[in-house]
Amino acid sequence: MIRTGFVERNLRILFPLPAVAFVMVMMLFPVLYTLFLSFTNWNLTSGMPLKWVWLRSYGRVFAEPRFLEALGRTIVFTLSAVTLETFLGTTVALVLNREFAGKGLVKLLLLLPLVATPVAVGIVFNLFYDPTIGLANWVLTSLGLAKSNWVSGASTVLPSLILVDVWQWTPMISLIVLAGLAGLSAEPYESARVDGATEAQILRLITLPMAMPTIITAMTLRTVDGLKTFDIIYAMTGGGPGYASETLNILGYKYSFEYFRMGQSSVVLVVLFLVVLAASLGIMKLRGQSEF
Amino acid sequence: MKRGIIARSAFLTIVILAALVLLFPFFWMLSSSFKTQVDIISWPPKFLFSPTLQNYQRVFGEQDFLRYFLNSTIIGISSVGVSLVLGLPAAYSIARFSQKRLSVFILVARLMPGISFLMPWYIIFSRLGLMDSYTALILSHMLIALPVVVWIMSSYFASVPREMEESAMVDGATRQRAFMSIILPLSGPGIVTATTLSFIFSWNNFMFSQVLSMERTKTLPIAVYNFVSYAEVDWGAVMAVAVAIMTPAIILTMIFQKYVVKGLTMGAVKG
Repeated sequence: MIRTGFVERNLRILFPLPAVAFVMVMMLFPVLYTLFLSFTNWNLTSGMPLKWVWLRSYGRVFAEPRFLEALGRTIVFTLSAVTLETFLGTTVALVLNREFAGKGLVKLLLLLPLVATPVAVGIVFNLFYDPTIGLANWVLTSLGLAKSNWVSGASTVLPSLILVDVWQWTPMISLIVLAGLAGLSAEPYESARVDGATEAQILRLITLPMAMPTIITAMTLRTVDGLKTFDIIYAMTGGGPGYASETLNILGYKYSFEYFRMGQSSVVLVVLFLVVLAASLGIMKLRGQSEF
Repeated sequence: MKRGIIARSAFLTIVILAALVLLFPFFWMLSSSFKTQVDIISWPPKFLFSPTLQNYQRVFGEQDFLRYFLNSTIIGISSVGVSLVLGLPAAYSIARFSQKRLSVFILVARLMPGISFLMPWYIIFSRLGLMDSYTALILSHMLIALPVVVWIMSSYFASVPREMEESAMVDGATRQRAFMSIILPLSGPGIVTATTLSFIFSWNNFMFSQVLSMERTKTLPIAVYNFVSYAEVDWGAVMAVAVAIMTPAIILTMIFQKYVVKGLTMGAVKG
C-alpha cells in the first residue's frame, strides 16, 4: 500500500522517466559530444589524440568553398522545394475540398508517395532520369526538345532532385491543408454568400486567411525535413556529379564516414542544426503574426 | 448551367492529372520489375512488353534477400514495441500534467540532424563491439519511433476526458492502475496510428542502418541501395526489390488509411 502510494505521488516523474533517460543517453549526450568535437581537430584515422583547438575547426571549414557551396545549396534546395510544394499542395487541397465520389481513393493516392521508401523512390527516379534509356528524355524528345543530363549534369542535378522531393512531399502539404480546411467554421461563408461575394473573393478573403496558420505549420514541417534531406540525394547522386548536389547533411556524412574528419564534420552538423533551428523559429514567428 | 459543366470538367481534369502524376512512378517501377533487361534498356521506352517473373525469381531465390526482409521486420517491430513501452506513460504524463517542456525536449529529436547523434553512436558502438548488432540497430531506430509515439499519443490522451480515470480513482484505483486498465484500452485508435506510422518510418529508414549495419543486420533499404552501386545496374532486379520494400508499407497504409492520415496531419492542424 505504501509502495503504490509512492508511485502515485511521483507519477509525473516516474512515468516519463524511462523515455527521458533514453533520449538523454541516446540523443542529448551524443549531440553534446558532437558539439564538443566541433572544437577539436579530431581525425579518427590519423591516430593522433584529439586536441582542443577552440574555433580553429570552424575557421577551417568556413574557409572551404565546398562548405559554403553546400550551405547555399541546402538553402536553395529547401526554399525551392518547399515553395513549390506549398503552392501545388495548397492548390490541390483547395480543389479537393468538397464532397465527390472517389474522394477516399484520391486521399489514398496522396498517401502513397509519403509512405514509399525514399531510397527506393530515388532509384526509380534514377531510371526515369537515365540519359540514354530514361523516360524523362523520351518525353523531352517527343515534345521536340533537346535531351537533358538530369542528375548526371552539374547544372541540372539540383532541379532534378527538387522535382523528386516535390513529387514525394507535395501530398503531405495537401493532406495537412485539407485537414485544416475541414475544420473551418461555415459561418463566414454563409454570410459572405448572403452578401453576394464571388468565389474568388471568398477564396482570397476568407478561405486563405483562415487556412494560413495550417499552411504555415505544414511549411515548417517540410522546411525542417527539407533542410535535412539525405536519402534521395545520397541514393541518387551521392552528392555528385563532383560536389554539384552536396548539401550540408551529405557533406557532414562524408566528413564523418568517408574521411573520418570528426572535428570538421561536427562543425558542419552544428551549422546545419543552427540553420534548421533558425528556419523553424522564423516560420513559427510568421505563424504567430498570421493569427488573428 | 454551362459554367457548371466547365467547372466540373476542370475539376475532373485536375483530379485525374494529379492521380496520374502520383501513380506513374509506382506504375513504372511495377512494370519495369516484370521486364527483361533488354526491354528495360530499349529505346524508345517500351510500354507494351511480354512480362517475365525472372527478376522476382532471381531476387527471392537469393537467401540473403529474405534475411534482409526479416532484419527490417525484426528491427521495426522491436523498436516500435520498446518505444510504446517507454512512450505511452511519458505521453500520458505530458497530457495529464501539461508537461510542456518535456514534450519540447522529446520533440527536439525532430529538429536534430540525425548525423549529429549518429556519428557519436558510430564511435561508441564500435568501441563496445556493437556494430552490426540488432541492439545498435533497434536502439537507433527507437529514436525515430519514440518521438512519433510521444507526439501522437500525448495529443490522443489529451482528447480522452479526465473523468474516465477520475471516476475509477474515486472508486479507489491508483492513477497508474486507471491508466493501465481504463485509459489504455480506450486508446486503441491512437496506438494503431502511432504504431503504423513509426513502423513505416523505421521500415523506410536508410541513414542509421547504412552506418550501423553491415552484412548480418542489413535492412532492405540498404540492400536496394547496394544493388545499384554496382557498375552495371540490373534494373529489373532493382525494381523487383523496390516493389518488395514498398509493398508492406503500402498495404499497412491501405488498411489503416484513416489512422495514417490522422497521424501525419496531427499537431499541424490548429485544434
